[in-house]
Amino acid sequence: MQAVKRFINRMRSKSPWLLHFDCGSCNGCDIEILACLTPVYDVERFGIINVGNPFHADVLLVSGTVNHRNKKVLTNLHAQMPSPKLVVAIGACGLSGGIFREAYNVVGGIHKVLPVDVYVPGCPPKPEAIIDGVVLGLQKLQRLHEQPSVEKEA
Amino acid sequence: MRKTVIPFGPQHPVLPEPIHLKLTLVDERVVEAIPNLGYVHRGLERLADVRDFHQMIQVVERVCGICSMIHAHCYCMGIEELMAVEVPPRAQFLRVIWSEVHRIQSHLLWLGLFADSFGFESLFMQFWRIREKIMDISESTTGNRVIVSVNVIGGVRRDLSAEQTRWLLTELDWVEEQIQRLQTTMMEDYTVKKRTVGKGVLTAQQAYELGAVGPVARGSGLSQDTRQTSYAAYGELYFEPVVETEGDCYARSKVRFREALASVDLIRRALDKLPAGEVRAKVKSLKPPKGETVMRVEQPRGELLYYFKGSGEKNLDRLRIRTPTFANIPPLLAMLPGVYLSDVPVVTLSIDPCISCTER
Ligand code: SF4
Repeated sequence: MQAVKRFINRMRSKSPWLLHFDCGSCNGCDIEILACLTPVYDVERFGIINVGNPFHADVLLVSGTVNHRNKKVLTNLHAQMPSPKLVVAIGACGLSGGIFREAYNVVGGIHKVLPVDVYVPGCPPKPEAIIDGVVLGLQKLQRLHEQPSVEKEA
Repeated sequence: MRKTVIPFGPQHPVLPEPIHLKLTLVDERVVEAIPNLGYVHRGLERLADVRDFHQMIQVVERVCGICSMIHAHCYCMGIEELMAVEVPPRAQFLRVIWSEVHRIQSHLLWLGLFADSFGFESLFMQFWRIREKIMDISESTTGNRVIVSVNVIGGVRRDLSAEQTRWLLTELDWVEEQIQRLQTTMMEDYTVKKRTVGKGVLTAQQAYELGAVGPVARGSGLSQDTRQTSYAAYGELYFEPVVETEGDCYARSKVRFREALASVDLIRRALDKLPAGEVRAKVKSLKPPKGETVMRVEQPRGELLYYFKGSGEKNLDRLRIRTPTFANIPPLLAMLPGVYLSDVPVVTLSIDPCISCTER
């Protein structure tokens, strides 16, 4: 059983599947996320795939600010993902509300509704930065996997 | 026959953005579609209360990242009219060049997503491969990939050197050749035709009555393009709207292909005629904008309209933005009845919906 678990965890961090949710962004971040998947950056060669189904996803990429309407959609999506899961907030909007923080329908950064693991700054961040953010997140995920076994040994 | 109601969206794999359509079906065919919007509404127009009119340029660029240059262009033109600023001719030409670069980028992006919507993923990759070259052009001439931030009131922030111009011309040749090659691949493909010809037909009469704009209107045979009003430097460049008459998804993608190629030509002509001189007029000593005006420009998706009202204060009294997708939603609802459920993503995408524009 332990070996199977270890195998699954290894596969999870070697081939993470992404779910991208546009949460009131200006499209700037979204097209940069999509650009990561295309031939020039091509994250698929690392086994990263963009999926449309939250039940299949390990990493949730959120771009844009949270607003009063999509708050619930976002938390729903997050709840549907199997754990351990990773939340990566993309762009200045996801960090703090960015340029829209004073607008009346904006709640603020993603951290107001979800626990965020990695913040990728920039408006919009370059595809390299997004890839870097996901990789950082995966390292964190790996540490999370290793921790329970560390406790056991201790 | 019993009716079934199926929700389409807001989180749907073919759409990068949240749009929600409530589809009523009889059998497999749509009989009615009701849109449900507001997932990405931010309340951007009211930001004019807290940001002054110079800072608003950065805000309007972020109405939509895909056509940021053109939003800023429209906004600057409006403020310049209110403040009676004379924009140097070189700046006018540079604005046209960057706007057209953005148009090519946007059309390639759309063509990619469209190919993806009927499952032609390798074509999606091909379009985005060409698009990266355009992103390189943006990055090396303006400093940014997506949100270019070159417009300021009174002109532009950057200039093109002779060396950049030469480089741009060689890159454009490559882009043109690649687009042409993909045009034959896509438009003559049997499967593509099967999925797009005769799907989501909008007649010229309907397009006119429902107020369609941009490639949707031009795909239905209406010859209208806001660039014909000769704003910025378009008056000095030979220009003709691209029109197709069938009004189906195939015609709309053909319009976008031809427009992308026409934009390459426009950039070439603009570079050729590029006048020398200043790129930015001095506006420091002028009074803030006062009065009302309306500005229209042509976005990749159609006509964009801005309304300005200033009272001589630093903050505008009112800024109103009407984006092309907003105008194209009624035509979309007219296209959907009669379409098979499996064709709904293709037809929806064929108007090139930009939801973050529409909901601001
Ligand atoms: S961070 Fe910038 S580019 Fe990204 S969604 Fe926000 S405004 Fe747009």
